[in-house]
Amino acid sequence: MKSVRSVGSVTFVRRPWRLLAETSALLIALVVAFPLYWMVLSAFKPAGEIESSEPRPWTLAPSLDSFRRVFEQNEFGRYFLNSLVVACTVVIVSALIAFLAATAVTRFRFRFRTTLLIMFLVAQMVPVEALTIPLFFLMRDFGQLNTLGSLILPHIAFSLPFAIWMLRGFVKAVPEALEEAAYIDGASRSRFLWQILFPLVFPGLVATSVFSFISAWNDFLFAKSFIISDTSQSTLPMALLVFYKPDEPDWGGVMAASTVMTIPVLIFFVLVQRRLVSGLGGAVKD
Amino acid sequence: MTAPNSSGAADRLRLPVVRGLSRPRGGSRTFNTAPRPLGRGSAGRRKGTAAPWLYLAPALIVLGGLLVYPIYQLGLISLFQYTQAQVSGGEPTTFQGLGNYMELFGDPQFWQVLWATVLFAAACVVSTLAVGCALAVLLTRVRAVPRLVLMLAAMGAWATPAITGSTVWLFLFDPDFGPVNRMLGLGDHSWTYGRFSAFFLVLLEVVWCSFPFVMVTVYAGIRAVPAEVLEAAALDGASQWRIWRSVLAPMLRPILVVVTIQSVIWDFKVFTQIYVMTNGGGIAGQNLVLNVYAYQKAFASSQYSLGSAIGVVMLLILLAVTLVYLRLLRRQGEEL
Repeated sequence: MKSVRSVGSVTFVRRPWRLLAETSALLIALVVAFPLYWMVLSAFKPAGEIESSEPRPWTLAPSLDSFRRVFEQNEFGRYFLNSLVVACTVVIVSALIAFLAATAVTRFRFRFRTTLLIMFLVAQMVPVEALTIPLFFLMRDFGQLNTLGSLILPHIAFSLPFAIWMLRGFVKAVPEALEEAAYIDGASRSRFLWQILFPLVFPGLVATSVFSFISAWNDFLFAKSFIISDTSQSTLPMALLVFYKPDEPDWGGVMAASTVMTIPVLIFFVLVQRRLVSGLGGAVKD
Repeated sequence: MTAPNSSGAADRLRLPVVRGLSRPRGGSRTFNTAPRPLGRGSAGRRKGTAAPWLYLAPALIVLGGLLVYPIYQLGLISLFQYTQAQVSGGEPTTFQGLGNYMELFGDPQFWQVLWATVLFAAACVVSTLAVGCALAVLLTRVRAVPRLVLMLAAMGAWATPAITGSTVWLFLFDPDFGPVNRMLGLGDHSWTYGRFSAFFLVLLEVVWCSFPFVMVTVYAGIRAVPAEVLEAAALDGASQWRIWRSVLAPMLRPILVVVTIQSVIWDFKVFTQIYVMTNGGGIAGQNLVLNVYAYQKAFASSQYSLGSAIGVVMLLILLAVTLVYLRLLRRQGEEL
């Protein structure tokens, strides 16, 4: 009985069909992965092979020239660091704020609670990009233009509603009895919050942080609009565009920079992918 | 209480990815038996009424300052005359009333961009959902290894930043050095020259980076459907298509609503891909979408008030989508 159920719907698929399905799954995986493969491949190709009219899906003479060009370009390392600072600050701050807020809306019952939840849901839909103009003036008035703060602050705000919404499921899953037991044992509210609830919700925080990390790491619009004159505060997307000139792009440089920019996100994804999917389950819960 | 135990069936899955997911969904899907935290319980009484607001304070301050206030500002700027002269303080700002909107609605380019945005977003949403759902079904039909391979490839596409995805796809379709034209024997055909082929290229990139979310979510949803239900349908002689349409689709409806709305919102707001791949909106602005249009108006030609008016239009459209979403959720009896 167990073996029948564990294969689920696969039981009903006859063998030739399954073979067909598996072959197409592998082929599709190949197509989906191809752009990434081509990116990494082109980053390692010597200049002559990239700008050849007979592109080959392999290279016999891998070279680090493109990477060298990228890292020698004015302060690429600094841009990388800037991006990392922005993304990590956003992740940590928004996770902490969202944790507190999610606790409030799941562990307490108070007036306007439902209204607030609906507002968080609506806030997720606000097009960040439409707010670039007022945010630009806001940052200017606070003297934040050309600083990393102008990238960090808006991203914290924009990742919060989704983070709260997603964490709700994780906080809810912690049994209430645990809370009562803690209080009976004499724990204070903040002790329960940080020493009991926080560790239990931590996996959820990690899942949530993927989304804030990605939105901050990928940010292109704010970096383009708010960092206007001080290039030492620039982030990776802007550095990448240095190589991408519409008339004669340096494809080797673009691909190498793209590879460097993609790898941290890939690592992050691989590390948290289990939690990510279970986190989505919590957020998407019907 | 002999309801099918959905989490039991799903817990036996081999893919670690999905196991966690089915757990929170398990019970609450059929009946809402999930313990209702707090409220009338003793823990609830213990807490003062100020505590939740204390916990909420940081979130509300940040959201108020960086989300609500800018929205208010956006509306305000759209009602004033606001160009470079006003920004630098050379001229006083003057109240325009709905003048900016009149100007915008009188501009044929605005309507053209609006239609392009709606059609492009619709095409993206439909393609993303079709690909994502089809692959989710495919994932349930294969054994562990092909499933893992496809899952990993999709994760890679998902993780790729929009800007690097854009440059890579441009390179793939490059008329001189790209492998795609070589494979298809298209010579030096330029994909970004024509309006539709440029939109099509962007669509491919958007679908590539957004189908994994749909695929993973729908796949997890399918796995949480009790095996007994599918078995019964199959024993009754239902075809695969029939099972999908009459059994899976209704059970997956809540998840489908979520992924559809998310896709609408994401695809309506596409900025980076259009901006990078068509170099700021294409030849003579043929590939502009609202977002890029607003950006160009505001930051390229310093017509901040017109840009804000476009922003308000976008905000209203997405608000309408959100209201539909909330109605659908409420009809499903979602408990907040």
